[in-house]
Amino acid sequence: MEGPPLRGAAPFHFMGALVASWRIAQVALAMELTQAEWTAVGLSLKVATVAALAGLPFGVAVAWLLARRDFPGKGILNALVHMPLVLPPVVTGWLLLIGFGREGIFGRALEACCGLVFSFRWTGAALAAATMGFPLVVRAIRLSLEAVDPRLEQAAATLGAPGWRVFLTVTLPLAAPGVIAGLVLGFAKSIGEFGATITFVANIPGETQTIATAIYTTTQDPNGTPATIRLTLIALSIAFAAIVASEGLAARAKRRGQAA
Amino acid sequence: MIVIDVQFARGDFSLRAAIRAKGRILALVGPSGTGKTTLLNLVAGLERPSKGLIAIGDLVFFDSQRRVDLKPYRRRLGYVFQEPRLFPHLTVAGNLRYGMKDAALGQPLVAFDDLVARLGLGALLARAPQGLSGGEKQRVAIGRALLSDPLALLLDEPLAGIDDARGENIFAIVETLRDAFKIPMIFVSHRRDEVSRLASEVALVERGRLIEAAPAA
Repeated sequence: MEGPPLRGAAPFHFMGALVASWRIAQVALAMELTQAEWTAVGLSLKVATVAALAGLPFGVAVAWLLARRDFPGKGILNALVHMPLVLPPVVTGWLLLIGFGREGIFGRALEACCGLVFSFRWTGAALAAATMGFPLVVRAIRLSLEAVDPRLEQAAATLGAPGWRVFLTVTLPLAAPGVIAGLVLGFAKSIGEFGATITFVANIPGETQTIATAIYTTTQDPNGTPATIRLTLIALSIAFAAIVASEGLAARAKRRGQAA
Repeated sequence: MIVIDVQFARGDFSLRAAIRAKGRILALVGPSGTGKTTLLNLVAGLERPSKGLIAIGDLVFFDSQRRVDLKPYRRRLGYVFQEPRLFPHLTVAGNLRYGMKDAALGQPLVAFDDLVARLGLGALLARAPQGLSGGEKQRVAIGRALLSDPLALLLDEPLAGIDDARGENIFAIVETLRDAFKIPMIFVSHRRDEVSRLASEVALVERGRLIEAAPAA
């Protein structure tokens, strides 16, 4: 991670980058993908979308705690949030297997209460992806929450708004660009996630095989190079578009004045 | 009756106030940096005294002996800060309406259209606060506080940066609220004319110490 994603967006040629990523996508789309490859691409998009959206409320909550609250153990929470960034992904995946596998303490509870099964399912791939992207999501949202002027929140409180209403009507709207940037980053990270995913839910075509794990399979096959190239181009275009979108949004957030 | 009898400390800054004003309108005067704004923040509940009593009339906001400490949003105070603090993501109208209660809850202190006209904000309602002049912003902030149907007003140099004609207009509104609605007010001011025209009592704040309340001259 080179600095926070909300800064340094100055001489970024948004349109140029967008056109470049569209060209790559055109090359990718002109290719004939096999059924299995299409399945992997579709599954990747599904997993990344669900991971980004389902992880977002947790990301907002943790970012808010870190940005606005003082409590014992805050440093520990911050360290825990950043763990997936520094741990070997295979370790994160294994910990998910222990905790959220069918015999895991959380896995068993979630299956009992909501019929939610993670192990060797696409839902598990989404959980792994959301976990790996979580530090990036929290970081983006936290920075934008910290940039919200607390004096505006005080003003809202004196106008009769309870804490939750202040958060929903003042804090969150003002932090929206960071929340969107976090969403896009979480999505992009999910598209690229490999280590934790393959450890937690393996590499089952049609169920848990994403673009990343599909590429892993094709690289193991001596005749798999064309498939590897096709999938790589798709991965490139998706990741590129996501980062471009995130940078563009960050630049917009910068242009928008904070205090009136 | 306005009571601000508190001890407060934050870092190097400490404040000891023993204000018991009999009237409804209290002016806080004194050199800058002595804690006048802090006193308003204590009344609004944005800062917390270590102990003491804060009350306006029958409304007890803070009482360390009886363990009363109302949250800011329950105090129903219209607070006009020194800087406008407008919400940048809302229009002028959105800012004005932010604190407005459900119309079903009863007649508001001042009607929206009437206040907008008196503050001269009619042409600005759809604008974003970023484009307004300093005086315009301050007028929106005053309107926003009055429309929240407050039980008392806290004004921190409300007319600073507002030209005389507009200031006179706002003065008239504040006087109306004082006389017609008997609404209590605490205001910080550097201006002699403001103090003598509005206040029934004056408290002098010096080096974070009280601070005696005396009838306005």
